[in-house]
Amino acid sequence: MSGLGRVVRAGVRRRRLTTVAVGLAVLMAVTAAVLGASLLVASAAPFDRAFAGQHGAHLTAQFDAAKLSPAQAAGTARVAGVTAAAGPFPVVLATPPDAAPLTLVGRAGPGGAVDDVALTDGRWPAGPGEIVLGADAPYTRTGGVLRFPGLPGSPAFTVVGHARSVSRTADSWVTPAALTAPTGYQMLYRFVDAGTDTRVDAARGRIAAAVPAGALTGARSWLVVRQDADRNTGIFVPFLTAFGLLALVMAVLIIGTVVTGAIGANIRRIGVLKALGCTPVQVTRAYAGQALIPATAGAGLGVVAGNALAVPVLAETNSVYGTASSGVAPGTDLLVVAGVLAVVAVAAIASAWRAGHLRTVQALAVGQRPVSRHGRAAAWIAARVPGPPQVGLGLSRPFARPARAVGLIAAVAFGAATVTFALGLAATTADVAAAKNHDLGAVLVRGGLQFLPRGQQPGTPPSPKPITGTPAQIGAAIAAQPGTRSYYARGETSVAVAGMSGTSDLYTFGGDASDAGYQMVTGRWFHGAGEAVAVSTFLRETGTRVGGTVTLQAQGRTVAVRIVGEVFDPHTDPEVLVDAATFPELTPDSYYVTPRPGTNTAAYLAGLRAAVTPYGMQVLTPEGTRSGTLLALNFLTGLLTVMLVVIAGLGVLNNVVLDTRDRTRDIGVCKALGMTPRRTTAMVLTSVLPAGLAGGLLGVPTGVALYARTAPAMGHAAGLDLPGQAVNVLHRPELAALVVAGPLIALLGAALPAGWAARTRTATALRTE
Amino acid sequence: MIELDGVCRRYGAGPPALDDVTLRLARGETLAVIGPSGSGKSTLLNLLAGLDRPDEGTVTVDGLRVDRLSEAASARYRRSRVGLVFQFFNLLDDLTVADNVALPATLAGTARAAARHRAEDLLERLGIGRLARSYPGRLSGGERQRVGVARALVNRPPLLLADEPTGALDSAAAADVCELFAELHAEGQTIVLVTHDRALAGTLATRTVGLLDGRTVTPEVAR
Repeated sequence: MSGLGRVVRAGVRRRRLTTVAVGLAVLMAVTAAVLGASLLVASAAPFDRAFAGQHGAHLTAQFDAAKLSPAQAAGTARVAGVTAAAGPFPVVLATPPDAAPLTLVGRAGPGGAVDDVALTDGRWPAGPGEIVLGADAPYTRTGGVLRFPGLPGSPAFTVVGHARSVSRTADSWVTPAALTAPTGYQMLYRFVDAGTDTRVDAARGRIAAAVPAGALTGARSWLVVRQDADRNTGIFVPFLTAFGLLALVMAVLIIGTVVTGAIGANIRRIGVLKALGCTPVQVTRAYAGQALIPATAGAGLGVVAGNALAVPVLAETNSVYGTASSGVAPGTDLLVVAGVLAVVAVAAIASAWRAGHLRTVQALAVGQRPVSRHGRAAAWIAARVPGPPQVGLGLSRPFARPARAVGLIAAVAFGAATVTFALGLAATTADVAAAKNHDLGAVLVRGGLQFLPRGQQPGTPPSPKPITGTPAQIGAAIAAQPGTRSYYARGETSVAVAGMSGTSDLYTFGGDASDAGYQMVTGRWFHGAGEAVAVSTFLRETGTRVGGTVTLQAQGRTVAVRIVGEVFDPHTDPEVLVDAATFPELTPDSYYVTPRPGTNTAAYLAGLRAAVTPYGMQVLTPEGTRSGTLLALNFLTGLLTVMLVVIAGLGVLNNVVLDTRDRTRDIGVCKALGMTPRRTTAMVLTSVLPAGLAGGLLGVPTGVALYARTAPAMGHAAGLDLPGQAVNVLHRPELAALVVAGPLIALLGAALPAGWAARTRTATALRTE
Repeated sequence: MIELDGVCRRYGAGPPALDDVTLRLARGETLAVIGPSGSGKSTLLNLLAGLDRPDEGTVTVDGLRVDRLSEAASARYRRSRVGLVFQFFNLLDDLTVADNVALPATLAGTARAAARHRAEDLLERLGIGRLARSYPGRLSGGERQRVGVARALVNRPPLLLADEPTGALDSAAAADVCELFAELHAEGQTIVLVTHDRALAGTLATRTVGLLDGRTVTPEVAR
């Protein structure tokens, strides 16, 4: 074995190119696999994992501070079925200037038996003047100051961090001492059994019974939060899962081709070893060892690189999923390394076994062995193709080594498929996000509605502040404001629908609603009273189709409306949208205003505020059309695409490096016969073009097929039908351009070895065995 | 035609492969360079072909300073002025014999059909026309070397450089190749021949130079 060990060590040391190629391939593969596996882990039931990890609250209850003491609230922790509780935490609803109200909760720290709030940056408030904002709050960065003019003493808080609560128990957190006059107390509970609405409702009933009547003002079930989270994130799970799978498959593919190619480049050496008396088993062991040594080093570096790359990727993934997991699980690292090394071992053993069983004379003759019939035929044809000889010599090359060409095609196809898939999904997610944020670009003029935390149980209606102006007065004030291009008024109420249990949200639109930016899945936007458009959940729950009629009960009236279109809205609650004339008695509470382009925003907002404030309206600054989720997704798409394309390019690079090494002597001959360095470069680059084109032609349809399966799955995962505009994003000209991505990836990967071939000294090349 | 002045070539820290070599060769001459392995014969040939550059001294062929050429320029120089014959033939296995021979011509810009025509003519002249469509892997050593010579001549180079042209051949094939070189010499071809084979040098060369440890010596010393 010592002799064999020496052979292995010498092989690793002296065959540097092969060693580096295998090490590099494994490094890239492990990096991709760590990232891919992390994405898969992160995308597996993200809410449930985060909920379990943060000991999420099965029920978030809010008690009226005027009707019970903190001790009474704390006493509810002893109600039957409660396994853990946190609180009471003082609560107020406070509104920063020009922003929506925030639920402020006073907590001494982020941890506890229930709802471990995860800090995403900064620290927890240490004193009364400090605040931690929800991680997705668009308001203020850490270090900024947030004022609450409506609270006693108009306190100002310095933002000391951002945090995420999977149970969404608050919009921001301060110390308990900072809330001197709480309007309520929050209690968080975990129950023995909270698997169904019935169980959670029963627990809620027991808690309500344990406190004075009317003291429990609101309670939110974790099932509502989960449904909301799943609807919001479900759309992105297939997207990230697909990327994760792509990365894993690519890792296996690259290792397979490179290790096989590396051993294929050593067949003559194997012949020498056999001639010296090595058995096939010894050859196999030697070459498996020779592959595993650089592979292990590559895997070590790959784990480091993968974990480093996973930090920004998982941060963005957390942002998309609303979770707060940290880093790559050690189990993932171990599994990836073990898996990748197993693939290396299998590829090396299979390849070395085959080489070890070649007849020794055959192995020794590698390099002088006759070229395959296909190779000869291709060379014969290529030699007769008009054009410079280097082109013909390059074009015929893949046919001389078909197995290597297949590896090259696979690497390129994967890269092209990834680019196609990524571009398709990026366009779709951009479309979905644009639809989700269709009104974020508008200035919102709004009645002073008291927002309650999302998912508030029915029975605690919001108490609106009075709107003192009529719609006509408010509309006139908005229209009269210099710089106003258009506006529409929106009213909102709950509506009972014949044949549907529970209620649906009804939105009325008055004025020029063309700026609302809704996308139609089918049908058209409504025109006047009696027509409606609805989201897919509404149509499903009412069993209606476009063209059908539904009966709506709201504002004390029953109105039959014809559904003329299905509208896309990823918010996914059952919604029906009608013209304001259908329910003229419903007072609009929101006005979406689009200023003229070029209008001075600050001056416009100031003027508008002065004009509408007398009517009890607030003016909210537009949040912009690019949501954090969209930015996160774009970042992820870009990063993952670049990474997978780089890996594909490195797969090509490894392949071409080994191929160029194989044919060093032939290249030397061509150079000795008068081929210039430029022509040598052209020959090597041309040799990858057929594989690049074939890879592009295979990869683009594969990417389209993958996209075609993933994109609707994204919608279905969120209970949505995506509009045609969002799923038909890949058109023929774009696809044709994407096919070119194949040769481009191939050329990119071949550029280095081509330059190396051109620079190699002819005399050196001619001496190469 | 060929002038080497004070040429030195070193590889690493060891003794020089060529040490202060000065040579002259006139057009139409056949120069045989003989010497044992490691004496610097192949290095000398590489310098003449522009495959390598000297560390010191000058290499001039037909007035052209070969030692100053860039990689691209030396490739053009080989295309137009030099034909190379290798000991181990160095034929491209996936090209037919005719395509192998035509390759330097197409690299030099000759039209494909004209290059192939010239290749077939040369093969006929060298007595292996019947092998034009064969692949090198099926030829005997002597046949392969004839193909190598045909390839070296396809661009009608003024200078033919041959590195041990009979080194890999049996005696019959070696005699065959020797006869071929004699014919070329008789036609006025300038030839530089590197060989171990004193008989071949004696038969062909108008002049013989010995090399020993990188220095020129009399042929008798270079044993």
